[in-house]
Amino acid sequence: MKSYLLPQFAVHRDDDRCIRCKVCVSQCSFGVHAYDDEDDEIRSNEGACVGCQRCATLCPTGALVIRRHPHEFRPNANWSEEMLLDVKRKAETGAVTITGMGNDKPHRVYWDHLLLNASQVTNPSIDPLREPMELRTFLGRKPDGLLFKDGRLITDIPPQVMIETPIIFSAMSYGAISYQAQLAFMQAAQELGTLCNTGEGGWPMDFRRFGRNVIVQCASGRFGVDPDYLNQAAIVEIKIGQGAKPGIGGHLPGEKVTAAVAATRMIPEGTDALSPAPQHDIYSIEDLSMLIYALKEATNYEKPISVKIAAVHNAAAIASGMVRAGADIIAIDGFRGGTGAAPRVIRDNVGIPIELALAAIDERLRREGIRNRASILVAGGFRNSADIIKAIALGADAVYIGTAALVAMGCTLCQQCNTGKCAWGITAQDPYIAKRLNPDIATRRLVNLVRAWTLEIKEMLGGMGINSIESLRGNRLHLRGIGLQEWELEVLGVKGAGQ
Amino acid sequence: MSAQVEVLEVLAAPGAGCVTLDARGRSYRELNRTLRSLATRRGVSRISVTNVLGQRYIGTNLRGEIEVRLYGTPGNDLGAFMDGPVIYVYGNAQDGVGNTMNSGKIVVYGNAGDIAAMSMRGGKIFVKGNVGSRSAIHMKECGEKKPLLVVGGTAHDFFGEYMAGGTAILLGLSLGPGEYHKANFIGTGMHGGEIFIRGRVDPSQLGAAVKISEPAGDDMRRIADAVGEFAELFGYDAGEIMHEEFLKLSPKSLRPFAELYHAGSRDSLQLG
Repeated sequence: MKSYLLPQFAVHRDDDRCIRCKVCVSQCSFGVHAYDDEDDEIRSNEGACVGCQRCATLCPTGALVIRRHPHEFRPNANWSEEMLLDVKRKAETGAVTITGMGNDKPHRVYWDHLLLNASQVTNPSIDPLREPMELRTFLGRKPDGLLFKDGRLITDIPPQVMIETPIIFSAMSYGAISYQAQLAFMQAAQELGTLCNTGEGGWPMDFRRFGRNVIVQCASGRFGVDPDYLNQAAIVEIKIGQGAKPGIGGHLPGEKVTAAVAATRMIPEGTDALSPAPQHDIYSIEDLSMLIYALKEATNYEKPISVKIAAVHNAAAIASGMVRAGADIIAIDGFRGGTGAAPRVIRDNVGIPIELALAAIDERLRREGIRNRASILVAGGFRNSADIIKAIALGADAVYIGTAALVAMGCTLCQQCNTGKCAWGITAQDPYIAKRLNPDIATRRLVNLVRAWTLEIKEMLGGMGINSIESLRGNRLHLRGIGLQEWELEVLGVKGAGQ
Repeated sequence: MSAQVEVLEVLAAPGAGCVTLDARGRSYRELNRTLRSLATRRGVSRISVTNVLGQRYIGTNLRGEIEVRLYGTPGNDLGAFMDGPVIYVYGNAQDGVGNTMNSGKIVVYGNAGDIAAMSMRGGKIFVKGNVGSRSAIHMKECGEKKPLLVVGGTAHDFFGEYMAGGTAILLGLSLGPGEYHKANFIGTGMHGGEIFIRGRVDPSQLGAAVKISEPAGDDMRRIADAVGEFAELFGYDAGEIMHEEFLKLSPKSLRPFAELYHAGSRDSLQLG
């Protein structure tokens, strides 16, 4: 069947600048560029271009410009080009359309409608260059109260994991991302004194040395989960859901299940790695509690157990159940959270923004008097340090970053993660392509990003006259809304600007 | 954590390396802690636990070569994440027997509840009676590690759902003459491993992902090995069990859902 889909990107090559070095030919993993020996010319198959900008970035003479294809359909407010193409694609395949990364729809980003406070006259601001600023954060259940006897603390303190900055690398599995990319996350987390999350695809043996900086997941597929996996990590996270695809499972296609991926996931090579939609031992809060305590038994009550859900309509009530079920940490992933592969229709239509979910959950747990019993981690589209500090003011203990970390490594959000062809080597499983991501350089870029954001958070804290992130946590008086309706201010629990 | 939990009373030491505990009125946390501490005690190779009543997670985080005999009814998640021990249950077991088990052996002289052998990766589970729903769900295997579940009776719905590896055997010994196995949707979404069924099963009871065949190659030898061990444990005549025919279920495809999804990019369409 001839495809009626038009190319999405146009390739403009300035022939005067092009020196026929063929970097573009070797770098494009989607097969766009080809060198014609006879004519000494490089030709481009625009239809295959995904707009990842790898060729344009590496072209030594700047000869390439990749831009949105200028073709235009007759304007129609109901039938945008995207809608037309989606219908045509389904008419040609009869299949669910899979995509990568997070929701790209223009929903309101609430972070952009929240403004931070600063000290003026009545309390002094603090200069972070001269005075210590405390960002250190402890993740885990806090006791309901402290008891002392003869000046000595006698309350049992549940296990805590200390991080130096409230920024953690989000769950991305080996298989979804390359070995090199996961190594970069581990190295960066270690250097920064924070954590990274293995995702649900197991934990390569060579990376076990990073255990103190690693969160492992126990998800519906139970890939690579054995007693050593659980005990060598700092935190064990039960993955119920993911912001990009709430309510559905996942599957790593057989062609991405290489020998190394298979060994790590502890499954046979070449089979689909299916993660069922639910965990089949969890059909209720009581069942969740059973798995939480199974994991506590398996790790001798020495590690905090986290439970991660997607932000959905009743997230606050569910979160309350999770905490009562024994979760030491609850992780909430908003609908802008990324994915290695999800049906586009789910990614773009299911779930709610993390800003609203976080505010509702923090409020609910406080009202019920159980906020101390779990740390709150939030994920789902954090783009800068201001988003992060606003999340902390709304009640988060720390923030998971995924997409931003990938962007730091080179990602341009071309949304092809699921194809395994990532030209930047980040989500590629083909060893030839994956090798182009140098783990040490990627580590440097990740460390730089988190360092820069950490410094910016200190600047903003100092401006508010606060010298410890603990004092900002859940302190919504430092936030004001702008351009928001009454119901939105109410959910966020903040006043409008000027109020 | 608190070290205040007292070690359970060790009732008797009838023979070298054998100790007996009374679990009456004890929480699972207390019982399991005691089992762990006893298992590491020099010379202890077998622990008998009497009056077991609903304590969960027995065998979890119990490493090494230790034999545990449970008298009564252990609670959910018996042997969850277990790595090594051998557990005998003289009674019925509840839900989640061998959940995500890595190695070792669990023998149940009664029935087991739902999700027996769920996500099990290695070791063996023998159940004399029946198992509940979703048993053998998402069993998997890796290299030399191939888990085995043998059920003497029948199973309820979704037996072997999402199965990705290992061997599950239903012997149908609890079925009356001409009676069919109880489970529907057997092997739904199965994409690895194998199921052998003795006793009647109608094709309508099977999931769409499974292929039916007669055991071939060394299948019968492996069935005979498993049945031999089962018969010896529970006092059956292996020859009698093997006298009836077995049906083999295996996945039609290692990638059952591949054609339902499309990568979305234009270049992955067939152009032309």
